[in-house]
Amino acid sequence: MARTVVNMPAQAKRGEIIEIKTLAGHVMETGFRHTERGESIPRDIITQFVCTYNGTEIFRADLFPAIAANPLITFTTVATESGTLEFKWLGDKGFTASHSAQLTVA
Amino acid sequence: MTSRRHFLFLACGALSGAAQAQLPPDIGARRKAAADEALRKVTGGAELRTGKVKLDIPPLIDNGNAVPLTVTVDSPMTEKDHVRTIHVLTEKNPQPNVVSVHLGPRAGRANITTRVRLADTQTVTAIAQMSDGSFWVDRVPVVVTLSACLEDGLI
Repeated sequence: MARTVVNMPAQAKRGEIIEIKTLAGHVMETGFRHTERGESIPRDIITQFVCTYNGTEIFRADLFPAIAANPLITFTTVATESGTLEFKWLGDKGFTASHSAQLTVA
Repeated sequence: MTSRRHFLFLACGALSGAAQAQLPPDIGARRKAAADEALRKVTGGAELRTGKVKLDIPPLIDNGNAVPLTVTVDSPMTEKDHVRTIHVLTEKNPQPNVVSVHLGPRAGRANITTRVRLADTQTVTAIAQMSDGSFWVDRVPVVVTLSACLEDGLI
């Protein structure tokens, strides 16, 4: 399981817009590079990132090889209710990583 | 026995041969066709209007391997009027797509940040599709001194 980091506030007021920063440890090998012997290095990237808020999808991103290694994705959401935010990364060669965080809405 | 001079001559020949083998002569035209195709796939040939979208990226980049990039779209993000998707495309990367983001009214603000790779000095394009189906665009020219993707600098 890859290392994942999610940075977001633990508490928020109802209706407040919170910023969520996410990072997953991954080489994001482009598939366009070659070894010293001229052999092509196969592509190995994270292709999709999904965030769900109490089971409802609120954000989704399709990633391509042009995303830098250890993809950082920052986005926002409205704090509507207390609950769990689930983060999921899917990639080549069956790569999966997930993270969950609690948000308390006052 | 191979002399140093002869060895260098052979090595240079082999290297230039390899470089040519990797790069088709019409690489510029191919990249352009790929970029146009990607744009057409995103918009379906719809009209692109400027404004609303703001692509924030440094104009001069030392290292193309991790370039911070922020896209902000001016939208109230309500159920009726919100940003549906944001696409970032490049002109001269080996593959034109960079990222496609799907948002909704629950995002609150249409503001995303990520880090990208840029292979060459080129124009980066951000396209936002609104909930009414309209497309808005921002294009920013950037200068890249050290390219990503092809680390031997072959563009």
